[in-house]
Amino acid sequence: MSEKKIKYTVSIYTENSVGLLNRISAIFQKRHINIESFNSSITEIEDVHRWTILVHTSETLIKKIVGQINKQIEVIKSYYHTDEETIYQESCLFKIKSSLLFDDRKIQNIIKESNAIIVTVNPEFFVIEKSGRTYELDELYEKLSKYGILQYVRSARIAVTKAPLFISDILKKFKKK
Amino acid sequence: MPKISGSEAVIKCLINEGVEIIYGYPGGAIMPVYDELFKYQDKIHHVLTRHEQGATHAAQGFARISGKVGVAIATSGPGATNLVTGLADAQIDSTPMICITGQVSSKLLGSDAFQETDIIGISTPITKWNYQITKASEIPEIFAKAFYIAKSGRPGPVLIDITKDAQFELFDFSYNKINGIRSYNPTPEIDKNKIKEAAKLINKAKKPLIVWGQGVILGNAEKELIDLVEKTGIPAAWTILGASAIPTEHPLNVGMLGMHGNYAPNVKTNECDILIAIGMRFDDRVTGDVTRYAKQAQIIHFEIDPAEVNKNIEVDIAVLGNAKDTLGEIIKYVETNSHKNWLKEFSDLYKVEFNKVIDAEINPTKKGLTMGEVIKHINKHTKGDAAIVTDVGQHQMVACRYANFRNSKSNITSGGLGTMGFALPAALGAKMAAPHREVVAVIGDGGYQMTIQELGTIFQTKAAVKIVVLNNDFLGMVRQWQQLFFEKRYASTEMVNPDFVKIAEGYYIKAKRVNKRDDLAPAIEEMIKSKEPYFLEVVVEKEANVFPMIPTGSSVSDIRLS
Repeated sequence: MSEKKIKYTVSIYTENSVGLLNRISAIFQKRHINIESFNSSITEIEDVHRWTILVHTSETLIKKIVGQINKQIEVIKSYYHTDEETIYQESCLFKIKSSLLFDDRKIQNIIKESNAIIVTVNPEFFVIEKSGRTYELDELYEKLSKYGILQYVRSARIAVTKAPLFISDILKKFKKK
Repeated sequence: MPKISGSEAVIKCLINEGVEIIYGYPGGAIMPVYDELFKYQDKIHHVLTRHEQGATHAAQGFARISGKVGVAIATSGPGATNLVTGLADAQIDSTPMICITGQVSSKLLGSDAFQETDIIGISTPITKWNYQITKASEIPEIFAKAFYIAKSGRPGPVLIDITKDAQFELFDFSYNKINGIRSYNPTPEIDKNKIKEAAKLINKAKKPLIVWGQGVILGNAEKELIDLVEKTGIPAAWTILGASAIPTEHPLNVGMLGMHGNYAPNVKTNECDILIAIGMRFDDRVTGDVTRYAKQAQIIHFEIDPAEVNKNIEVDIAVLGNAKDTLGEIIKYVETNSHKNWLKEFSDLYKVEFNKVIDAEINPTKKGLTMGEVIKHINKHTKGDAAIVTDVGQHQMVACRYANFRNSKSNITSGGLGTMGFALPAALGAKMAAPHREVVAVIGDGGYQMTIQELGTIFQTKAAVKIVVLNNDFLGMVRQWQQLFFEKRYASTEMVNPDFVKIAEGYYIKAKRVNKRDDLAPAIEEMIKSKEPYFLEVVVEKEANVFPMIPTGSSVSDIRLS
C-alpha cells in the first residue's frame, strides 16, 4: 500500500552561502521529488537565512529528506510541517485589460469581495495583488479567468510555524562550546 | 611577515594540517600550486599518478589504512572531472579526503574558458562539502574548515576549487585550525537514557546479535567493541567495511553479513531477539529484502549520523554518538553473560557452510585453481598481518570472506560504490601511508585493467605493493549473475586479456604467472618475501561462482549455499 501524499512545508535555516541551493535541491532530485515552490529570505536573526520549500510527498520520505538536509554543513536546522501546523501565505499578481473594468462591472465586485489590492491602473491595463492561502488565490484566479487575464504570477509560499523553533538557542549553544 | 601567494598558502595550509604525502596530476590551472610544491618538496611528497582517478583512490587507500585525511590534487576541466569517481566512492564509504582543483581565473568563470568546468556543481552531491576560492585571503579559513569537516563526525570528501588568479594573488597569511562550525554538529550528544534503555534490552536478550560496520573503525572503537562483545558474550558479525575491527579468529566473530556473507549470521539475523547494529547503515547488500529483515527482533542502532537512523530499517532504540563514546558508556550497564547455546547454533551453521562451500573453496581437489585457496596461502605467508586491498567483484567477496585479519584497518575495499579500478591505486596509497605493513592488492582481471596505468606510479615510487590478479578471463560477478538469472547469456563479460606478466615487466616490476596448484604456494611465498613491488597473476577457474548468495530481492534467511 502506498502512503498518502500531502503538502509539506519545509523550513530551512541556513548560512548565506553560494552553492547551498544546489546541494539542497539535489537531495529532492535524488528521490525524484518536484519542488512546488521555493522562497529564500532573511530572518529575525542577523546573518541567518530561511528557506521555505513546498513539496507534495509522503511523511516517510519527507522525514528522511529533512534528515539529509540537516546533515549539510551550512544548514543550521530544518523542519517539515503540515498546512495545519503553519500560518502560511502566498501572493499573486493579475494583469488585466483596463477596458474590462468598465465593460463588466462584476469584476469590480470580485475585486472588492476578494480583498485584493489594486496596485496600479493605467489606460491599457490594471494590476491587482492578492495574498492569502492557496485556495483563496485559486478561487480568485477562477473567477477572473473567465474575463481573460493578460498575465498571472504567483509567489512561493512563506510560512511561520505555530510552534516555536528555537534557532537562537541552537546558535547560543554553539557559542558556549 | 612578507605577503605570500595563494599557491604558497595552499602548501602552508597542508603543512599546518600535518600533510606529508599528496597524490595528483598537474595541468594549466593548478600550475602555480605545483610550482610551490617544487619549492616545498622536502616537506610534502607529491606522488604523480598516471590518471587523476588514481590520485583519488591512492588518497583513499592512504586515509583508510592511516585514519588520516588523504589529499589529491588536479587541474581544472578534465583533471577535475576525473576526480568524480573517487569523490563518490569516498562519500559513500565515509572516507576523509580533500581534493584540490585548479580553476580558470575568476574573471573567466562562466565563460566556457579553456579547461573550465563547473566542478563545484558536478561534485556537490558527492562531497560532504565543497567551496570555490576566488580570493587568496579565503585560503587559510577554507582549508582549516575543509580538514575539520573531512575528518570530524562521519568523515567524507571535501573539494576545494581555487581560481588561478587567487593562486597568484599576494596576501598576509596566518593559519588557525578550526574546531567548530556553528551550523554543523558532527557528533550528537549522548543521551544517557538511551544508553540505559539499550542496556536493559541487551541484558534481557536470549538470542542477541551484534552487527557492526565501519563506524567502529572510523570511531577508533575497536577496543570498546571487543570489550562489549566479550563481556556480554554476544556473537558479532560484520559488514564488508567493518571487517578487521575484531580479529577474524576471535571466537565471538561469527563472520560476514550480506549478499555473499556467511551462512550463520545471515540466517540468524532473522532469528535473533535483539539486533544490535553498531556504526553500520543497513545497506541493501546487507539487508536483502527490507520487508523481511529481522522482523522478529527489536533493533538497537548505535550511529553517529542521525540521518541514517530509520532510513532503511525502522529501529526501536537509536543511540546517537561516536561509537567509542557510546560503547564505552554502555559497557558500564551491561551484565556479564555468555550465550553458549545460541553461539552453538552459529557454529553448527558454520559447519554446514564449511562442508558445502568453504572446504571446496579453500582446500580444492578439482583441477582448476580457486580464488579461496589463493587467499588461504596469502593468510599463511602474511600470518594475518597484511592489509588486503580489493577491487570489486567475485575476488572481492572471496577475499573478504577468507582473509584472516588480525589488525584493524586491514580491509581496504570499495564497498558502497563498488568502484572497479579502486584497488591498484588504493594499495599504493595504503603502502605509502604504512610502509612497515604488508599490503596485498587482490584484483580481478577486469578491474585491474581500469586503472592498470598506476603500475607506472608504483614503479616510480618503488612502493612495495604486492599485486595479485585473479584472472578468470571474465567479468566474473556479472557472469555469475548471467549464469544464475539470465540463462547463461554471457553478454559482454568474456575478456580477451593481454599478457599481464609482460605488462608488469614492461614497468620493470617483478612478475610471475601461476596456473598449477603446486606452483601457487611457492609463488605466494616469493611474492611476500619480496622487498620490492611484485606482480602475481593466478589463472583461476573460468566459471566458478561465489556462494553463499542472497539473490536480489530475497530475504537474508533465504541465503543459498549452491
